[in-house]
Amino acid sequence: MTSTLQPRKDGSSNLATGDRPVSQRFRFDLNTLPTIAALVIFIGMIAYGEIAYGRILQANTISNLLINNAYLIVLAVGLTFVILTGGIDLSVGAIIAFSSVSGVMLANAGWDPYLVMVLMVLMGTAFGAVSGVLVQYFNVQPFIATLAMMFLGRGLASMLSTVPERLSDESPIRALATPIKIIDGEKVNDLVVTPGVMLAALVVLGGFFVLHRTRLGRTVYAIGGSEQSASLMGLPVPRTKLAIYIISGTLAGVAGVIYTARLGSAQNITGIGWELDAIAATVIGGTLLTGGAGFVLGSVVGALVLGLMNVLITRDGGIRPETTTIITGGILLVFVILQRFVIRQQR
Amino acid sequence: MATSLPIVEMKDISISFPGVKALDGVDFRLYQGEVHTLMGENGAGKSTLIKALTGVYKIDSGQILISGEERRLTGTADAQAAGIATVYQEVNLCANLTIGENVMLGHEVRGPFGINWRATYRAATEALKGLGLDHLDPRQPLSSLSLAVQQLVAISRAMVTKSKVLILDEPTSSLDANEVENLFTVMRRLRDQGVAILFVSHFLDQVYAISDRLTVLRNGKYEGEYLTRELDRTALISKMIGKDFATLKSLGRERQEHHGEPREPLLTATDLGRKGSIEPTDVELRRGEVLGFAGLLGSGRTELARLLYGADKPDSGTVVLRGKKTDLSTPAAALANRIAFSSENRRDEGIIRDLSVRENLILAVQAKRGWFRPLGKKEQDEIVGKYLKELNVRPADPERAIRNLSGGNQQKVLLGRWLATKPDLLILDEPTRGIDVGAKAEIQATVAALAEEGVSIVFISSELEEVVRLSDRILVLKDHRKIAELDNGPEITAETIVAVIAEEGVTEEGAA
Amino acid sequence: MTGTKPVQARLLELVRNQYFWGIVAIALLLAINVAADPTYLSIRYNDANGALVGNLIDILRATAPILMIAVGMCLVIATGGIDLSVGSVMVVAGAVSMEYLQNVGAPDSVGAALTAVAFAVGISALLGLVNAVLVAIVGLQPFISTLVIMLAGRGLAKVITEGQNTTASNDGFRWIANGYVLGLPVVFIIAVVIVLLVAWIVRRTALGLMIESIGMDAKASRLAGINRRGLLFTVYIGSGILAGVAGIFATASVMTVDVSRTGYQLELDAILAVVIGGTSLAGGRFAIGGAVIGAFLIATLDKTVVFLGVSSSATPAFKAIVIVVLCLLQSERVRNLFRQRRAAKASAPKEVVSA
Repeated sequence: MTSTLQPRKDGSSNLATGDRPVSQRFRFDLNTLPTIAALVIFIGMIAYGEIAYGRILQANTISNLLINNAYLIVLAVGLTFVILTGGIDLSVGAIIAFSSVSGVMLANAGWDPYLVMVLMVLMGTAFGAVSGVLVQYFNVQPFIATLAMMFLGRGLASMLSTVPERLSDESPIRALATPIKIIDGEKVNDLVVTPGVMLAALVVLGGFFVLHRTRLGRTVYAIGGSEQSASLMGLPVPRTKLAIYIISGTLAGVAGVIYTARLGSAQNITGIGWELDAIAATVIGGTLLTGGAGFVLGSVVGALVLGLMNVLITRDGGIRPETTTIITGGILLVFVILQRFVIRQQR
Repeated sequence: MATSLPIVEMKDISISFPGVKALDGVDFRLYQGEVHTLMGENGAGKSTLIKALTGVYKIDSGQILISGEERRLTGTADAQAAGIATVYQEVNLCANLTIGENVMLGHEVRGPFGINWRATYRAATEALKGLGLDHLDPRQPLSSLSLAVQQLVAISRAMVTKSKVLILDEPTSSLDANEVENLFTVMRRLRDQGVAILFVSHFLDQVYAISDRLTVLRNGKYEGEYLTRELDRTALISKMIGKDFATLKSLGRERQEHHGEPREPLLTATDLGRKGSIEPTDVELRRGEVLGFAGLLGSGRTELARLLYGADKPDSGTVVLRGKKTDLSTPAAALANRIAFSSENRRDEGIIRDLSVRENLILAVQAKRGWFRPLGKKEQDEIVGKYLKELNVRPADPERAIRNLSGGNQQKVLLGRWLATKPDLLILDEPTRGIDVGAKAEIQATVAALAEEGVSIVFISSELEEVVRLSDRILVLKDHRKIAELDNGPEITAETIVAVIAEEGVTEEGAA
Repeated sequence: MTGTKPVQARLLELVRNQYFWGIVAIALLLAINVAADPTYLSIRYNDANGALVGNLIDILRATAPILMIAVGMCLVIATGGIDLSVGSVMVVAGAVSMEYLQNVGAPDSVGAALTAVAFAVGISALLGLVNAVLVAIVGLQPFISTLVIMLAGRGLAKVITEGQNTTASNDGFRWIANGYVLGLPVVFIIAVVIVLLVAWIVRRTALGLMIESIGMDAKASRLAGINRRGLLFTVYIGSGILAGVAGIFATASVMTVDVSRTGYQLELDAILAVVIGGTSLAGGRFAIGGAVIGAFLIATLDKTVVFLGVSSSATPAFKAIVIVVLCLLQSERVRNLFRQRRAAKASAPKEVVSA
């Protein structure tokens, strides 16, 4: 036998991975890092605004911020569900257009205003359901399915009317936008909320509850982590994917109600590009576009960051309003690069 | 043990896929309180059998009885409801969630305000404790754990669902010795609690350390069921490879010694390694030499080959090619240095399914030239015509989509793709797996002819006799490292290599 | 078996072809228009400027910009990516050229027109480069990378024009969109030439094969030695340049850039054209011819809606119907349904026993 056997005698191995307590802590913090960063930036923006322009950290500014962005907060909550699973919903802006135009027209035609509000929400549900069925049962990519619903919503709204439809002054729908003073401050400096804001707060709490306290919510996170694993763990993946598009559509309907009540009118061009605002808010708030990580409360902060940015730009006067979208794009880029960094660290 | 009715009984199971009979009349029995290992080489049908049992594949014929009752399983959730849980090699948990969430996912404790997290985590802690994992904090993220511990977490998840049958599909392939020992402790504990465990592993030492009983499959057929203590290693390997001991010995005699004189070295790799896949290894390769990599699946044979091509980035070692230190960290770089690599994973890493035979064939040559220097129609026809003819591809229709060819012909097209780049070094990882006998012989003949022309070849195969027949030297790998380097000669047979693999690491009386 | 079978098979192949349904849809739309106005298809010759005039010519003119971005989008999608920024790149290109022409103030200078075109194309290529860097080097998802450029691009256009809708006059530049050669609109001729050029480059070199290869199977392509990064740069920069040309077309026709409307949401039309043309959003096999048909279909749809007196803002609803129908035709579930029905019909007598 001419074989030259050279067995290695030492049984050592460099394959051990083992537990790494230090990086453990680090990684855990990294998961919440983007959301914390959004919060820090939000606080920083408030501080900067207060120092540079004044009258930011006061009751009426904060009240207006909430009232003006209540609809965006609701949309961002819906998008959070979808993006957590790794999907996308482009239809929300158009759903608002359709549900608010048709809602106002029905109300003006003498329908019961409360029924109209319910119908407005249900229209959103219907759009979401169609998207969900296309995605889940006909294997259409979320981008295309929700793009179709976006076109459909916008087109139908335009068929109904192309001019602003005004809600009559005494319509009970407007009640959603009635200011309720919580703290009566000096002059106009009151802390004010509207039922619309309260509704948005309720949606946020509800979203938080569903995501963190129900099995549906846990399945949403599991799908985002790995759809295949979720299936192999025996979780109801198809049902859940359908549900998240329905939730997103429904919340778009709710946002439509809130927005219509505040503005008192509706138009077919309402809500153009809002799906992008909502996606931006969600991403800025720390939800990974690839799914699996993120928080509803983060999306709220993201929406408020965008809202506050507009306030600051208006206050500054020196920043030209046309740069708004550049700044939004820039903020978005910073956050996704931050997330990219987080993902790299986790690998 | 094993006196009562089997908890799982699979009778005469057959499953076919287009063109392949994956399982052909296989029987399998699993009793409560035993560890039962499923053995077999690649393509023997192990994973198909497991997928049949977990409801992922529908069986064409046969019967599955669970606790004596016939069941038609339609999916993972269904199998789970029947008390069958599976832990896969690539742990199927959600890395974005905490340990406790993963353990309890879908089984969270609910109260009047939705999920009661305190109670849920308490239940998770209980489940972990049941496996002796008291030291884990269920509130930590899963990603903070090593793969080994994640596997244990996946097992605790299976226990939360009160599973009576636990399937462990190659759980040890990327674990080190200590981790394997921890896993075995858990497995023994569960076995003593009456859980039936179906275990799949390619590591013989582990199989002998843990299992009570073995079922061997080969080429989708049932080979036999044995008590582990009654079947020695060499006999087991013979059963898996399908040659009895005498045949095993006689094989390889026919190999002619075609290169006596020493030749100049083409490639010298020093300490080439990558954490988690292959320990730092030296490889030397001479011009016109066929170097065989022998070892069972998961031994590191594929991993080493991938490092030589830059398919994976090495994290240690240097490569000297034609006397010059060369960076081979990407496939494009390797290809430019006239190295070609045919992956063992023909479907995912070899052919591009939707492209035609012609496109698949010229792809690497074209990539080497860059897209702006296209091969002319005439050049393409020349290359395609040459290799379709030389390699006897059937049907010889270059415009047909490659996915419509048989496995053997797909493999020949791939071989043509690499030969067209005129490589000095050709690395072939399992070029003959899953293809018919005729195509296999043709590919072997091509390899021998290439070496004659001066091409150096790294040849990897699960079939040892094939390695022995073709190689000038054989590098034997086991447990992610090189354990021996053999100069081939009339004395070397498949059996020699089996003995080297079986004996290595066994301290007392080696078998055979 | 019989002589009819090959014919049937050929018919079946035709019906399966994605172009087929696109062409059917275009024919259907034209038929509707003819029904509304029998003279719809008529084309007459205008002696004054040597131009053909008619509804069909209008459709050709409207197709040109969509054609440009659809072809670019087609290549991006084939790599498994998406380019949401093309609409914004259009407006930036338009803004740069208008701003330049307004300031240079040479209404007859061909040189000025050429310089304006060069500037527009240059900045578009630059924006495409940024997309490529974000996708290929930073490793961001194409969706989000190009979304950032989409948002920032429109802002950039507004900054360039200081928020105004800038108007300029230059005969040469204007001729690009409004001139006629051999009776046909110059803009359409340029578009066709560019499409043919792109198609020629893609199919005559190995570019198309490489793009399809990385879009189908990135892993196997890498092992075959294909340089994915270089291809992504080529494709995203190419898409940027084509969007820039579309921007020139869109602004030259009215010699005004409308910073909030030029190119707005045209990326969606482009994606739609590509999907109608049978290229899957998942990447892989692409059909430039299909994208061309898609672009024609969208332009025809736009014009038809206006011609029928429906508000143009309602057009999206019709597009939605087109998307849903085509997606359903593509879906496995629906195809299986048809197949089963056909199979059931074919084997009905035998099935009686087993059923």
